[in-house]
Amino acid sequence: MGKTISEKIISKHSGRDLKAGDIAVVDVDVVMSQDGTGPLAVSQIKKMGFSRLKNPGKAIFFIDHASPSPRRELSNAHSVLRSFASDTGAVLSDIGMGVCHQILVEDFSCPGDIVIGGDSHTCTSGALGAFATGMGSTDIAVGYALSKTWLMVPHTIRVNLIGKLNTGVFAKDIIIYLIGKITSDGATYRALEFAGPVSENMDMDGRFTIANMAVEAGAKTGLFNSDEVTKAYLESQGRGNCFREISADPGAAYEKIIDMDCSVVEPMVSQPHTVDNAIPVRELEKIRVDQVFIGTCTNGRISDLRIASEILKGKKVADGTRLIIVPASRKIYLEALKSGIIETLVESGAAVQNPGCGPCVGVHQGILADGEVCLSTQNRNFKGRMGNPEAFIYLSSTATAAWSSVRGYIADPREVLK
Amino acid sequence: MIIKEKVIKYGENVDTDVIIPARYLNTSAEDELASHCFEDLDENFREKVKGHRVIVAGHNFGCGSSREHAPLSIKASGIKAIIAKSFARIFFRNAINIGLPVLVSPEAADFIKDGDELEIDLDKGKISDITGGRVFDIPPLPDFIQKIIDSGGYIKFTSMNIKKT
Repeated sequence: MGKTISEKIISKHSGRDLKAGDIAVVDVDVVMSQDGTGPLAVSQIKKMGFSRLKNPGKAIFFIDHASPSPRRELSNAHSVLRSFASDTGAVLSDIGMGVCHQILVEDFSCPGDIVIGGDSHTCTSGALGAFATGMGSTDIAVGYALSKTWLMVPHTIRVNLIGKLNTGVFAKDIIIYLIGKITSDGATYRALEFAGPVSENMDMDGRFTIANMAVEAGAKTGLFNSDEVTKAYLESQGRGNCFREISADPGAAYEKIIDMDCSVVEPMVSQPHTVDNAIPVRELEKIRVDQVFIGTCTNGRISDLRIASEILKGKKVADGTRLIIVPASRKIYLEALKSGIIETLVESGAAVQNPGCGPCVGVHQGILADGEVCLSTQNRNFKGRMGNPEAFIYLSSTATAAWSSVRGYIADPREVLK
Repeated sequence: MIIKEKVIKYGENVDTDVIIPARYLNTSAEDELASHCFEDLDENFREKVKGHRVIVAGHNFGCGSSREHAPLSIKASGIKAIIAKSFARIFFRNAINIGLPVLVSPEAADFIKDGDELEIDLDKGKISDITGGRVFDIPPLPDFIQKIIDSGGYIKFTSMNIKKT
């Protein structure tokens, strides 16, 4: 019988012929954590008595969530990671490099890999055709030490993206729409496998956005077949040699198949305080925004900065609204600098900050005041997420965010994108 | 093991950002994590947990971040077990790894009321609602996961299995 992408990759890494529901110990290709989850992983590694890591070249510690550190306690946590990486030869991705999930796809994850990360959005690398999933610090500690973990092979929900994307509609709108339909636990313990003409024609940036948010439906990972688009992306990162063709077999067994007509999707937002509280922008009453944030592992890529600059060119951010922009990685930042994108954004009134997670997780660089409303391109709008439980977070595409920053309220980008 | 405790009941989609906000992830000191547990969801949690040490909740408990600080802060607060209609995947795994019992029972989670007194028999897989007068079966876990629990968590499990090879 044919296999899903998850069954193929996990079977290969366990040396056994596995199907959904089986549990196996597997070899892991890439292991990572970040400054929130890394210090606890380090202490667990020490507790187990390991002083060496099995594969330090693919063991990465990212300092991105509070980067640079806003407080001495966090500075001390960063010190722990810097020393441990230096002692063990693990890779350190320090301040200014960017968000872990973006650096993974630029420099580390390959199609067919198993990638585990101490961060729930590790599923982003699934866009390359890697089985990539988030775990807690103890699991990651064992992964660092032994390059092994245990996995239950997930059942798979296949999502066929059919139809076409209308003007003003982006990958972010598709995934918000989908999560609105299947709800925030609609894919819990499952893998989401994306296929169909819209996904085949989608660039890697769009695929990263969709895979990134698979966990917002509870999924273990979000997977795309690797193809010519994947290959061209890896070549652009100087990693063409790690390309492998990974795809689901025609006769693979799916728990469910969803045919989603993208032609009916409009610009979407997730309303406070859950991602599945989704609604088309058109149906929203006029909601004034205090802060707009463009960035993160969901939407801080070059295509995001480009569309933002196209929308903001020659315009100004509205009075009473603040616009914060954070490129997802140093590479993206440099490309945006060289192409004049950053200049356009700064001229419009944006505060452009260094690559990293920015204000997404609520520890620095734009914590909201009581009662304030933020429209963000990030992936999660839980109460308190951006550092204040009295604030309200809406999620949208970058185009919707950029245009809303000009209007001063949540606005439909089709007003400007014709 | 038998757990005899009263219930704190919460709703659907209790997420890791309300269990322990990211602004407190600068420490893995258990007392400090416990002191901020649930503070954005329920300002009375610190008081309640003195006499109520089982959480009962709806679907998707622990959704969101991979932070192990979430189950750690709950365990350090004195909570002995969580019963939910369903758990988010990473939270479930983290809880097993650190030895916090997490029990899936949609029927029990529906029936049990805030403040009820429960007797949970982890070995026999039974939840008894003494106040409400009903008993619920907990479905058994896969063998591999039960072995991690029986070892006393994932660190001990790993250490034991490395010595063998």
